[in-house]
Amino acid sequence: MTELSFRPVETAQDVEKTSRPSLSYWQDAWLRLVANKRAMTSLFVIIFLILFAYLGPLVWRADHTEQHLDKTSQAPWVNRNAILIAEEAEWEDVVVADPTGTHQAPMSVEVIGEARTTSVGLKWDAVPNAAGYRIYRHILEPKAGFPLGLPIGETEDRTHVSFQDRMDIQQKTYWYSVAAVDEDGKDFEEFTSVEVRPRLYITVGEALRLGYITDASKVEPGDTVLLDWHPLGTDYLGRDMLARLMKGAQVSLSIGIVAPLLFIIIGILIGSVAGFFGGAVDSALMRFTDFVIALPFLLFMILFMVWFGIEAGGSGIPAMVVALVLLSWPGVARLVRGEVLQIREHGYVEASRLLGGSNSWLIGRHMIPNTMGVVLVSFTFAVPATIFTEAFLSFIGMGVVPPTPSWGAMCNDGIRTMEKTPHELLFPALFISITVLAFNLLGDGLRDALDARLRSRE
Amino acid sequence: MPRYIGMRLLQGIFTVWFIATATFWVMHSIPGDPLESEKAMSPEIRANLEAKYGLDKNEFIQYWIFLGNMVRGDFGWSFEHENRRVNDIIAEQFPVSATLGILAIVFAGLGGVLWGALTALYRNKWPDVLIIILVILGISVPSFVFATVGQLGIVTLNKIAGIDVPVAGWGTVWHMLIPALVLGLGTMAFLTRLMRTSMLEIVNADYIRTARSKGVPIAQIFSRHQLRNAILPVLTVLGPSIAGITTGGFVVENVFGIPGLGKYFVTAVQQSDYGVIMGTTVFYGAFLVLMVIIVDLLYAVVDPRVRLNK
Repeated sequence: MTELSFRPVETAQDVEKTSRPSLSYWQDAWLRLVANKRAMTSLFVIIFLILFAYLGPLVWRADHTEQHLDKTSQAPWVNRNAILIAEEAEWEDVVVADPTGTHQAPMSVEVIGEARTTSVGLKWDAVPNAAGYRIYRHILEPKAGFPLGLPIGETEDRTHVSFQDRMDIQQKTYWYSVAAVDEDGKDFEEFTSVEVRPRLYITVGEALRLGYITDASKVEPGDTVLLDWHPLGTDYLGRDMLARLMKGAQVSLSIGIVAPLLFIIIGILIGSVAGFFGGAVDSALMRFTDFVIALPFLLFMILFMVWFGIEAGGSGIPAMVVALVLLSWPGVARLVRGEVLQIREHGYVEASRLLGGSNSWLIGRHMIPNTMGVVLVSFTFAVPATIFTEAFLSFIGMGVVPPTPSWGAMCNDGIRTMEKTPHELLFPALFISITVLAFNLLGDGLRDALDARLRSRE
Repeated sequence: MPRYIGMRLLQGIFTVWFIATATFWVMHSIPGDPLESEKAMSPEIRANLEAKYGLDKNEFIQYWIFLGNMVRGDFGWSFEHENRRVNDIIAEQFPVSATLGILAIVFAGLGGVLWGALTALYRNKWPDVLIIILVILGISVPSFVFATVGQLGIVTLNKIAGIDVPVAGWGTVWHMLIPALVLGLGTMAFLTRLMRTSMLEIVNADYIRTARSKGVPIAQIFSRHQLRNAILPVLTVLGPSIAGITTGGFVVENVFGIPGLGKYFVTAVQQSDYGVIMGTTVFYGAFLVLMVIIVDLLYAVVDPRVRLNK
């Protein structure tokens, strides 16, 4: 009898396998999140925004501080084909005979030749008894009783009835008003206006200086050159909006991410200590938390911003982060304490203690890692809230200090010119909205993925 | 119940004391003092003024005097507005802010419940989708954008319809409606979402199934069972929303030129007007604390399951 005879019968049968690879909590959450289309789209939007803020300036190299007073509040779709002209011809004053009659304002004002962005020439008929004339320029149609706009020039003789405007003229509609002035330099009550829409021109000298052309002998007057592109237009000081939005994204996103990170860390520390030790420590910490929660948030944000003061040339960003951290940690502390109170009762904590785990080991190894789910969710919701607060404070002028751009501060600038050039408000507002929306949707997705109890029903 | 109310009030008093203390010390550590912005003054005049406002004393004594006055409900004098008591300023400005805030809360609450109920009723049909899109807009667009767009809207409406709805200022009902609506929009969006979730949760509850199998008419199930129970979670967040609405009030008051407390506060901080800053902050803080207590009590009245013992 050999050993082989007693070989056991093959008993293994083809059992159906129903198990799947074991997944950790975080792997499981990640799979759920990836399956959530809305959350994933939001995640990509957020990544795009971060790239926009930090890599954008490397691609779009326009300087966000450079002012161009000749193209303020320029819309993105403005015409950029400038017609070249040689230097502006010498201006010849129009002189007429001494006028007669009783009229108080010129009968008519007209443009000499073509209105160009390089110069606008005006002439009018003389007014009797006038000592001279004052010329105004306005972007709104002038009405009696309202300011006529910017006084751009004066003439000192009633027979000299012309004026050349060469100051920062842009391609938009202007109303030039001419009013006669008396000997004391006071305007007569009546005035005459003319509506002018200059065409875009550039002198050869200017084009050379700005580098649009390299050789003056190769171009002729009448050629067109393509001026600098501002894809999102310019703001009220002629600064490039795209460059400012990128810089503003850095400011808004860094405040929006750094401040929540810091106050969440503080909240975790206080919350876990309170929840873990319980008793007197817990009630002392939680009473303090209640107090801080009761502080009127916005009033104290403003007080703190003033308290920390902003040194000359500072941006106000550190002050805002500190103020946000000081006022925002209690929410997280409460949340973490609640979680820790539950975790404390679990068997594995007791087991770890029996094996000799110290308090700091228990907190660091068991409590805090197990609260990470809710903490991560509250972080994603804290980011948009903080971005809102930053925008809001900058909007009322208590936030970052000009000229530091932030989306809120840019909205504040844009509101002044909102009726004429809505793009200055629209773009920063759009960026705030998209960012806030993306973080909110990602937060929803994370909550669904991480926390079975809070899973929203939709 | 009375015992509980007493406890909450006592806690509230401590909270207000904390707010007052924090305000006092933060403000006194801000560099510069209220007399600094005045024209050049001789040391004698300065000393006289300091004595008048009590600034010459030790800070701890000032703090003590401030607390004593506060208990008597006296917030002292404004530094920038000569001969105006802070109490008068609050009495004048606060009703404006409060009217605006209450109106906004009413808009937000009614709107939130109504839209939320509608979305749940038309779940996944077009009214639901439309309202959800509006809600997402409401949550993610900052209030100052709404305020500006609202103002522009009034201007355009006036032009088209030839009417004369006031664009800014305060006084008539017309001045209040649009700003209050703008102020309430964010909260309304938030409440709508909450209401929708809680309605959908309740649709699956046992008592709804029971009512249905008993043959209770749909309309009655909706109004008696669903709506009433779904409103409860909305009520709990109303307290914190009041704080949120007062925050938004700053912007809306600014954009619409409404003479409320928020606008006043920003100016006061810039001029370091101690009296107004302390008065406003303590008053606001006390108001918020009281509001939260009231909402908690209301909640117990509406929901018999909540017991207010401990």
